Amino acid sequence: MSIDSMTPDLVKKHFKVIGNRVRRPDGVDKVTGRARYGADYNLPGQLVALVLRSPHAHALIEKIDTSKAEKLAGVKAVITSKDLPDHTQGDRGLLDILENCMARKKALYDGHAVAAVAAIDAATARKALKLINVTYKILPHVTDVDEALKHGAPVIHDHVYTEGLSEKPTRPSNHCKYAEYGHGDVEAGFRDADVVISRSFKTEQTHQGYIEPHSVTASVSPDGTAEMFVCTQGHFVYRNQCAALLGLDANKLRVTASEIGGGFGGKTHIWAEPLALALSRKANRPVKLTMTRDEVFRATGPTSSTSVDVKIGAKKDGTITAAFAELRYHGGCFPGNWAELGAMTSFACYDLKNVKSVAKDAIVNRPKTAAYRAPSAPMAAFAVESVVDEVAKAIGMDPLDFRIKNAAKEGTKSSYGPVYGPIGIGPTLQAAKNHPHMKAPLGKNMGRGVACGFWFNFGGQTCVDVNIAADGTVTVAQGTIDVGGSRASIAMAVAEELGISYENVRSIVADTSSLGHNDMTDGSRGTFSSSMAAIFASRNAVKVLRERAAKMWEISIGEVEWKDGAAHAVGAHHGNRSPLSLKEIAAQAGTTGGPVAGHAEITADGAGVSFGTHIADVEVDLETGRSTVKRYTVIQDAGKALHPSYVEGQYQGGAAQGIGWALNEEYVYGKDGRLQNAGFLDYRIPVCSDLPMIDTQILEIANPHHPYGVRGVGETPIVPPLATLGIAVTNATGVRQTHIPMSPPRVLLSLMSKMK
Amino acid sequence: MGVLVQTTVNSDPVEFTCSEDESLLDVLRNRMGLTGAKEGCGTGDCGACSVILDGRLVCSCLVLGAEMNGKRVETIEGMAEGAKLHPLQQHFIDGAALQCGVCTPGFLMAAKALLARNPNPSEEEIRFGLAGNLCRCTGYDKIVRAVQSAAKEMRG
Amino acid sequence: MRYMQPSTAKEAATLLNKEKGKAFVLAGGTDLLVKMKAGMVEPDLVVDIKAIKGIKEIKKTASGFTIGAAVPCAALSENKDLVKTWPGVVEAAGLIGSKQVQGRCTMAGNLCNASPAADSVPALMAAGAKVVVTGPKASRKLAVEDVPAGVGRTHLKKGEFITAIELPKKAARSGDAYLRFIPRTEMDIAVVSCGVNLTLDTKGVITHARVALGAVAVTALMVKEAAIAIIGTKLDDAAKAKLAAACSAACKPIDDKRGTVAFRTEVAGVLARRAAETAYARAGGK
Repeated sequence: MSIDSMTPDLVKKHFKVIGNRVRRPDGVDKVTGRARYGADYNLPGQLVALVLRSPHAHALIEKIDTSKAEKLAGVKAVITSKDLPDHTQGDRGLLDILENCMARKKALYDGHAVAAVAAIDAATARKALKLINVTYKILPHVTDVDEALKHGAPVIHDHVYTEGLSEKPTRPSNHCKYAEYGHGDVEAGFRDADVVISRSFKTEQTHQGYIEPHSVTASVSPDGTAEMFVCTQGHFVYRNQCAALLGLDANKLRVTASEIGGGFGGKTHIWAEPLALALSRKANRPVKLTMTRDEVFRATGPTSSTSVDVKIGAKKDGTITAAFAELRYHGGCFPGNWAELGAMTSFACYDLKNVKSVAKDAIVNRPKTAAYRAPSAPMAAFAVESVVDEVAKAIGMDPLDFRIKNAAKEGTKSSYGPVYGPIGIGPTLQAAKNHPHMKAPLGKNMGRGVACGFWFNFGGQTCVDVNIAADGTVTVAQGTIDVGGSRASIAMAVAEELGISYENVRSIVADTSSLGHNDMTDGSRGTFSSSMAAIFASRNAVKVLRERAAKMWEISIGEVEWKDGAAHAVGAHHGNRSPLSLKEIAAQAGTTGGPVAGHAEITADGAGVSFGTHIADVEVDLETGRSTVKRYTVIQDAGKALHPSYVEGQYQGGAAQGIGWALNEEYVYGKDGRLQNAGFLDYRIPVCSDLPMIDTQILEIANPHHPYGVRGVGETPIVPPLATLGIAVTNATGVRQTHIPMSPPRVLLSLMSKMK
Repeated sequence: MGVLVQTTVNSDPVEFTCSEDESLLDVLRNRMGLTGAKEGCGTGDCGACSVILDGRLVCSCLVLGAEMNGKRVETIEGMAEGAKLHPLQQHFIDGAALQCGVCTPGFLMAAKALLARNPNPSEEEIRFGLAGNLCRCTGYDKIVRAVQSAAKEMRG
Repeated sequence: MRYMQPSTAKEAATLLNKEKGKAFVLAGGTDLLVKMKAGMVEPDLVVDIKAIKGIKEIKKTASGFTIGAAVPCAALSENKDLVKTWPGVVEAAGLIGSKQVQGRCTMAGNLCNASPAADSVPALMAAGAKVVVTGPKASRKLAVEDVPAGVGRTHLKKGEFITAIELPKKAARSGDAYLRFIPRTEMDIAVVSCGVNLTLDTKGVITHARVALGAVAVTALMVKEAAIAIIGTKLDDAAKAKLAAACSAACKPIDDKRGTVAFRTEVAGVLARRAAETAYARAGGK
């Protein structure tokens, strides 16, 4: 099936089902406690697995003695890296994944897995862990990104040489990658400027903070097949990677995704799943491995902490003449391209003649960095938008007007390369300017901030099956994980295309043996790509329905059109024929050619970029440095909101995460390189009483590459808040805030330094 | 070893044996198959394991199974009356007050306990009444609105 | 681990005294179970005191209030007399943890857990509260400030446990208040805290004062100098400044994941001033 015939050049504008606030299919299960998340899956005879983790930030593993643990009654398997041989065939990226799941020669961070046990109950497993004797040789460690890039820092991997430089370095270092983006001549641009502002910023490491810890129930059979029940954002990716690491063919491992209790990027990587499989294989019994909250913080994938320099020059009339940024991020203990992603997003909101972003990616002794909802963008936006704000103030221009003047638009060459189609940055800025929030008066010690943000949104490989039952009801099998209600949106799209009611369509997330490969739910691609595949699959089903109607009427398919959920014979000479409803055709399917279905296996191209502008009012207690968010507004372009409530939910949820990141969340490391706040008590995410209502405004500038104009929306909402609040607190205190989170001690210190 | 416990769970008399150091959360999930209460942290910081014990909202991860003897426990599984959802449950669905839903059972228990003591709470009272329940998906906005609308319906 | 639920205080004290292994008292369990989960303690014996007669009651007496050691903090704010008489103590106890924790936690447990940041302790100290300590042979009373011995340690002997907290009779024209600093609005451990109890004369001049700070030393601190700074005044600006300075000077805090030395020292003074203002107003001042 060629995609071209499906390529939507005409975006549908009038809908019967889409845009309504329908009830999601998993709603009742989730409010009654019936829904099954990762830890709710149990297999008969299952063992409990626990993982032994390094208490050192950086250490050679000289010896692991598991003999006493293996002898303990009730222990059925003990594994170390010896039980995970290298099947990667030279694929360094895959080997890094394996090494992160379990340390091989070195422990690379506090919390790095070094061994694991499977036993008949948790108490026995705990006893067994205590009996494992590991001999470490502690090595010097480095946890700060700037320190890691310095000459003389302890080098973590001796096989890593900086990529992306014109000359390959002669010595390994922690600087794993260098990249540049941009166009024009920034030096000339700065010379042309009337005002040039230069600032440096730091942001601390945060975690996605999903409420559900990782959990996997794995079972490997003696015949070499295996199954896994696991919470994940990408069960196909988990299957492919786990199978590869265990030396299994992909089709031998069947992965069923549980309901997921939050992911935000953190469940797009495998962590302990290969360990559960290896234990199951060794013990010849199912194994259940559920992480504790402590392990989630220490040994999964937080974001990067960063160090960013930004320099922007502008003319008195408000034109930005040059923009430069150097971004230093880290991937934790393995190479990543997080700074590069940050460099790509940094100036994406603006139409710039001269722009340059430089990215330096580093390695530190921290857990491997994973994506966190628009990875790398919030930190870059904090730095860039803060300087934008400062430049606007320096030339005496309203910061919103300054942004509007320089906003990217259709036809702009973006700072990261592509030319934009129709985009929403201008409209969201204009909508912010007109929003009642901007006119609300500010109270004492209050400051207002406005900032904008951007995220790419990806498409990726997606498969959907639409199957029509004999009673005319429809089941949809999607392969993208539902994190926030996409099953409802996909069912709506199918109902819309088939012309039937939403209540007659039911979508499920199929397991990996039941559907073709689907990329993870990340990159805001879940609804965008699944809905696109669902629409195409439905259109294929419609073709089959028309064929069956033609057969039943003994006319040619060219004389059959599909409208309002039924086949209609077109042409004056068919005037007397009553339409054949989907239900009627389905009832006859057995005699007209078999079950009616439609499939789509696509690479969903053309995900539209999504821009947003946020407004925040903050009150600061000037005697303690404590900030309270009094009012918050999110304005973002969704292309087309299939289900407005769920789009609002993404806006509010992303904003809330950004607020927590801006004000209180950070990983605190001691001088010993150990994480000090690996729990929800001292890793402080916003609680209900910390936040006000979060107002939202959905703009719809249709994405021309989706049949309904949909853009991915899930990630952009986390991009502006750090900057929005940074500017608001700056305005409330009169001191430019440059270090995130703006915890009370930091803000108070900035106030006291100002007073000196 | 082991403690024999006789208790009432969602109005049903229940008897079980558990280890002395097993939490109520462990007992509910592993011995009774009541997996609606979730372990988000195990240390009383997230509220995902919330149940109502003798009329008081508690974290079941901070109560020993052994302490249940002679007590009354209400869990999420007992909130609906058969197929008829409690107004809070219905309003959570209708108001899109859940995204991933893992925190939802805890929130419903907390909201139920809140409205039992204060049928007409202000927004601030709702927010502080639910401050022991963490949600990472919603930003709490739609949760608060759902509690407000359910409370209104329950007041008649 | 063994679990026992004695019905008398003497039985409980005897169990605790006889135990050769590690014995722990269980009231609310909101500290004990957290420590067990973290592997920080592995009890051999847990003595659940909640079945002891009278230990869950709040009694108003001629000499004040007697609060049983197993009274959950949520019950304190439901007692109208207690709220009216000791609003500072009630609000302090009401800040421990979340609503869920409030349904279980106790002031006695908060005190015996001996965290320097315990919320109920500065308020109890400012109120001049005492604890009734029961042992296998006898009972004794201690001032609250004499219970904590250091981080996680108390001055209770083996076999002893707290059966009640006694609040003294409230003098006329008195008021107490408790404030703590936390970065969020709920759920956090106090970064710094202050309890103030004031008595005024008919002209509004402070005649008696007790000021206690939490989370700025290994145990909560009574700050005599801060009390002296405001006695004899009507809590004017100069007095408040001296109060704040005395509190800042008394701090011996640490840098940790919750706050810095500089922050705690500065904010101790700010909180003392604000708590004193509230206590003064409650006492009928201004």
